[in-house]
Amino acid sequence: MNNKIYSNRAWWLILPMLLLVAFSAIIPLMTVVNYSVQDVFDANTRFFTGVEWFQETLNNPALQAALVRQFAFSLTVLAIEVPLGIGIALLMPKKGWQASAILILVTMPLLIPWNVVGSIWQIFTRGDIGLMGWGLRELGYGYNITRSAVDAWGTIILMDVWHWTPLIALLCYSGLRSIPDAYYQAARIDRASRWAVFRYIQLPKLTNVLVIGILLRFMHSFMIYAEPFVLTGGGPGNSTTFLSQSLTTMAIGQQDLGPSAAFSLIYFLIILLVCWVFYTAIMNLQKDKQLDKGA
Amino acid sequence: MNQSIPTTPEAVRKQAAAADARRRRQARPVSRQWRRRGLMTAYIVFVLLPVYWLLNMSFQSNSEILGALTLWPQDFTLEHYAKIFTDSNWYMGYVNSIAYVLMNMLISLAVALPAAYAFSRYRFIGDKHLFFWLLTNLMAPPAVFLLPYFQLYYTVGLFDTHVAVALAHCLFNIPLAVWILEGFMSSVPKEIDETAFIDGYSFPRFFVKIFIPMISSGIGVTLFFLFMFSWVELLLASTLTATNAQPIGSVMTQTKGASGIDWGALSAAGVLTILPGIVVVYFVRNHIAKGFALGRT
Amino acid sequence: MEWMVWTTPTAIFFSVIAVILLGMTAWELASPTIERRGFLPIATTRGDRLFIGLLCAAYIHLMVVGFTSISLWLALAISILWLVILMRWG
Repeated sequence: MNNKIYSNRAWWLILPMLLLVAFSAIIPLMTVVNYSVQDVFDANTRFFTGVEWFQETLNNPALQAALVRQFAFSLTVLAIEVPLGIGIALLMPKKGWQASAILILVTMPLLIPWNVVGSIWQIFTRGDIGLMGWGLRELGYGYNITRSAVDAWGTIILMDVWHWTPLIALLCYSGLRSIPDAYYQAARIDRASRWAVFRYIQLPKLTNVLVIGILLRFMHSFMIYAEPFVLTGGGPGNSTTFLSQSLTTMAIGQQDLGPSAAFSLIYFLIILLVCWVFYTAIMNLQKDKQLDKGA
Repeated sequence: MNQSIPTTPEAVRKQAAAADARRRRQARPVSRQWRRRGLMTAYIVFVLLPVYWLLNMSFQSNSEILGALTLWPQDFTLEHYAKIFTDSNWYMGYVNSIAYVLMNMLISLAVALPAAYAFSRYRFIGDKHLFFWLLTNLMAPPAVFLLPYFQLYYTVGLFDTHVAVALAHCLFNIPLAVWILEGFMSSVPKEIDETAFIDGYSFPRFFVKIFIPMISSGIGVTLFFLFMFSWVELLLASTLTATNAQPIGSVMTQTKGASGIDWGALSAAGVLTILPGIVVVYFVRNHIAKGFALGRT
Repeated sequence: MEWMVWTTPTAIFFSVIAVILLGMTAWELASPTIERRGFLPIATTRGDRLFIGLLCAAYIHLMVVGFTSISLWLALAISILWLVILMRWG
């Protein structure tokens, strides 16, 4: 569909959406920028501080550590969830009542409120009342997420895999369903191996949905807040404190408007850069596809 | 199976495919089939186990929970559910959550439909950049906007209302809706629009009568996503409300009493937050399989 | 508007952004952009280059503020120079 009509009247169709989103995005963003250069006590008592908050935030070792942890976390969950999601999509049955049943079961974790996900895992992993915590202790492993940073990390990653692999799996499942049967028949005539079918038929069809999946997953893991907050509270120590939680503690807990605004902006700039890289990648993929079709 | 001689090429192909599938099923080693099923079952167990545990807890009395660990409720009780359904503080949490989620779905869909149509059919100044800007809002961490939102809605006088949360969730839900719908609309051939206009349809009538039915599965998937992200979000929802519009998520934090956490009530409340999600998935299950790829395969 | 705690520098900043956007729109209406390849690895339009330039400017400012003691004005000068280079040859 690259033969779109050029018409600036289309702006009228966009306008209502634009006004609403601008109301909830641009006005707050402007306010954040204003906060970030001042020391605000209340609306009448405020001092201009210039770039001091930015300087402080960028050189704050706790926040730098949170940023590093954040990237480590996001990349780890992506590395686990993407292959696992593809695998599950390949395993899911394609028709019959089992297909519907499994679809509903697999989708379920996605629709649980994030703090409830935290609660579920909190209950599940507690040493005294949780199946997993109790089970691991019975097996002789001194599992304790409030003491051991390794256990806390492992649990949060497991929780995220539990929570979000379904998204990748469903995207891939629906990508796989769009492959015409003729492709598989042709592959069978050629006596293609299972691996060759995956590599040359299924994977190319999946690239588009995978890029979307990775983009969504990266962004959501980057702003993960409620689940670790409920499960570990960022501890033990600061070992599972991610960016969103540092920010929320600063903004709500300590009411430090200036520094948290500066932090927000830096956070936002990182997101913006990553988002742009992904977006450009998606657009170029689509462009290549259209060129292929045209040729 | 119909063994009569097929008459159309389509029927020939269908019959051949069916026969082929049967042959393959028989030829495939049984061990591999079992391995597939085994792996799938293992994953389903992994998904269900924590949820089962929550369900298990919700039917146990608090003394049983804190006593010995039991794999299923020994003395089955509904006291926690009874508590939730009789205490207005609790059940209003659900009503509030559902109220702002529905409002948000309505607002988002209403403004996203025309916008997505514009993006899928027209080129105009700044279209690509506008689209990208929308996506960045989808990615913006809610934590960034917490304080200004609080101030903004307080100033406008919407603080602690359902509308405030519904509007705040528009930040990420409208871009999401536009993005998904644009994918679906682009896969509808443009000739359909042109034919309808030649037939004398006005734009609004064409849009409602012809276009919307054509992308109904896209709308289904969009509603699924809108529900999902509004229902699961808590940070903004709890910041923008105090008592009148408090979402269930923040009511749940009240289970921390003086005598520790009320595990039973927490579990029961958790189970009840899962149910609406299951209902929604059930309704859109057939659309999900096809439409989850957002029209971009 | 009081709660938005405006200051002169941020007001100027947003005005400049608004003026740039309006200017780009006017320029686009006067002579539509053509997508082309410059020294950047992807084909870009005028608007893309502006965005890349502004994003770079933000990062340049952050680096200068955070990790050096160079004057901000210098960062601004570098950013504008880089923006011009991008717009012309990017």
